[in-house]
Amino acid sequence: MQSEIILEMRGICKSFPGVRALHNVDFILRKGEIHALMGENGAGKSTLVKIMTGVYEKDAGSITIEGKPVHFRSPQEAQENGIGTVYQEITLCPNLTVAENLFIGRGRYTFVRWKEMNKKAEEILKSLGIPARPTQELSNCSLAIQQMIAIARAIDMECKILILDEPTSSLDEEEVLKLFKLMRELKSRGVGIVFITHFLDQVYEISDRITVLRNGILIGEYEASSLSRFELVSKMMGKALDDVEKMEKPPVTIREDEVPVFEATGLTSVAGIKPFDFKIWKGEVNGFIGLLGSGRSESVRAIYAADTVVSGEIKVNGKKVKIKEPIHAMKLGIGYLPEDRKGEGILADISVRDNIILSLQVLKGFFKPFSRKEAESYANEFIKKLSIKTPSTNTAIKFLSGGNQQKVILARWLLTHPQYLILDEPTRGIDVGTKVEIQKLVLKLAEEGVSVTFISSEIEEMLRTCSRLLVMKDRQIVGELSGRNIRQTDVMHVIAGGKT
Amino acid sequence: MVKIKTQMSHLILPLSVLLILIVINLIKGADYFSIKIINGALYGNIPNILFGATELVIISIGMTLVTAASRGQDISVGVSGAITSAIFVQVVLNAGQITWFTILGGFIISCVVGIAIGAFNGSLVAIFKVQPMVATLILFTAGRSIAFIIDGKLSPVLANDLVSQIGGVIPGVPIQTPIILTAIFIACVAVGLKVTNLRLYTEAVGINEQTARLNGINPRKIKFLNYMICGICTAVAGFIAVSKAGRHDSVNILKFIEMDAILAVAIGGNALSGGTFSITGSIIGAYTIEVLNRTLLRLEFGTETLKAFKAIFIIILMVMASPVVREYISKNLKRKRLDVENNFMEKNGA
Repeated sequence: MQSEIILEMRGICKSFPGVRALHNVDFILRKGEIHALMGENGAGKSTLVKIMTGVYEKDAGSITIEGKPVHFRSPQEAQENGIGTVYQEITLCPNLTVAENLFIGRGRYTFVRWKEMNKKAEEILKSLGIPARPTQELSNCSLAIQQMIAIARAIDMECKILILDEPTSSLDEEEVLKLFKLMRELKSRGVGIVFITHFLDQVYEISDRITVLRNGILIGEYEASSLSRFELVSKMMGKALDDVEKMEKPPVTIREDEVPVFEATGLTSVAGIKPFDFKIWKGEVNGFIGLLGSGRSESVRAIYAADTVVSGEIKVNGKKVKIKEPIHAMKLGIGYLPEDRKGEGILADISVRDNIILSLQVLKGFFKPFSRKEAESYANEFIKKLSIKTPSTNTAIKFLSGGNQQKVILARWLLTHPQYLILDEPTRGIDVGTKVEIQKLVLKLAEEGVSVTFISSEIEEMLRTCSRLLVMKDRQIVGELSGRNIRQTDVMHVIAGGKT
Repeated sequence: MVKIKTQMSHLILPLSVLLILIVINLIKGADYFSIKIINGALYGNIPNILFGATELVIISIGMTLVTAASRGQDISVGVSGAITSAIFVQVVLNAGQITWFTILGGFIISCVVGIAIGAFNGSLVAIFKVQPMVATLILFTAGRSIAFIIDGKLSPVLANDLVSQIGGVIPGVPIQTPIILTAIFIACVAVGLKVTNLRLYTEAVGINEQTARLNGINPRKIKFLNYMICGICTAVAGFIAVSKAGRHDSVNILKFIEMDAILAVAIGGNALSGGTFSITGSIIGAYTIEVLNRTLLRLEFGTETLKAFKAIFIIILMVMASPVVREYISKNLKRKRLDVENNFMEKNGA
């Protein structure tokens, strides 16, 4: 069953300052197939996709679509050739309405026909089951809905090739199923779909073929049915996967007789969560678990005062304190890795070195800058410790891959030697290898006596690392699970039933 | 080598422009670099350029910081200098006799006024989140009238030996005083950046306010601070300008300097949308503008037509500096480098 090839890329090369992102990579997409593109962070997946879609120009190689050589100089050209894309980070305009976002840049008319546009948008939204109004401003929609609108926009463009770069990273299970239904429908219409994700389950559930990249080099193309999970992971990592299950969870650590490291009562912020009580003990790893939009992130943001705190009492090591701004939390030895890496984590234009020392430098004070040498040595220490892949300490962080950027932000907080570290989705949008590394790091920190609050959309990860889970639903804590052997079904049960 | 390249790459453009201008000048007359000694001080094209550009250089530094922190420009720098220098003149004239002491006192008071002006602009920008250009438009509009009111009469004269020494030459010192003052000011800024975290904080706020806040930086304070520093820059520039002129002409002093300062920042390779910044670039940019003005004069364009030619030159410059052209050039360079690398790899074959 050798079906027709619609996209053929041969010998693609691409370099960035100091980094060779792709070297001699081939990629073939056939009509009506779902083709997973797999690889760790920095393997070159996103770069390859951006070359397909005309965001980057290739340094060398050839691209043919249905046998016709093409050369894209801009995303528009790629679109005109029937390539639709949905990126990992949503690339819509938040201040425009849903309908405008669906149709922007596509009208061939000088004047916009608002009524018609909104009507058409409504039809599209309805047909895909997206719960949004056409006239609603996009920024009022949840991330998941924004993602679905991005997909709706891409598939409405009569595309032959649809590229989904991590489309599911912010979707909950039900939404993922909806998306898959949509993908299968498109597949039956003969659309070739390139699917990038870090969720192995999803890869095996939906894809026909898998292409694996590693360090910018093509490892191979495989039939999904003939490649075992284990083989896939070892091909991606280049070595046998560490046995994640071997990791030892910290012992259960509710110790009513001991003073908690951090304690909050009736805490709430402007983000609209119900006031909640929260405690964490020394060396404990706990986590907020719940569906998307349940208030997980908002809770930890309230702890760190990332959102303005409205009310609540806070004790650190038993002493009553006030945390009104992040700097107060920092001074109390609390660190916070935000969910939105691009918008709140990295300082894109400045060097890896300055990104690493930032928090410690701020704690040290405005009038006490580190010497270049000190900064260098801190940066090098953590680049080594966390094996961050960067050409130099001087490279702007924006040139690093997502996982490496995340490691830099982790390094930033580790450098401050926090007693309590909040990690909100530290493993989001990064490769399996780094995910495992980060989880191991969390457990190691706990062993060293650091308290960690860990949040992840992947329940597996949370079950593996947290010894106590606060289950959230509808912006409040509905239950608490603790013990070494929390099962996924227990969590589901609490979410469904609402009581422990 | 690579390190130097990444740090210096933004300086390539202003430096090459400067070079082109110098070549043009040398073609026009080979004696361009010649320096004469008149009355024990150095005169010639180079000293004239350094002398002429003093105010612009100093204000460009303030503009760079404001741009980096608040992602916008302060267009009130010229009038701010007019106000502070008016205050300076009044303090000195009202003090009765003009001594080094009264001049220093007047200068310090004018700096305080400069800081106050910076604080006013800064509070509009940082606290009320008004767009920088709109916020500073208020003073831009009202400032020269305020300076005029402070003056009380048309152009108060500040004829005095000491003042003309500041605006000209101190006997026995071969270099004109404003040039020395500029050098001292630049040195102060350099030291200031060295002993504080101003650069890191300012860049952090300019790149991403939210990230800066989550890492303990107070974006309001940093913006405020940079506007106040800019206020000091305008006070120093105003002080030098009025000393050079010997009188305070509230209508013409530091006229249009805000536009040249913004241009200097841009020529220096700084993004006008804030973030990372290079003060060295802006300083070179400021000198480049001065050289450009003088070159056009030297090529005997009439003063009426000069501005048009200046504009043409700047258009060419800005197109050369645009991201599109830069990307094109760097891509070609990279392709070449890649070829070299590939050849190297093939030769050494795996």
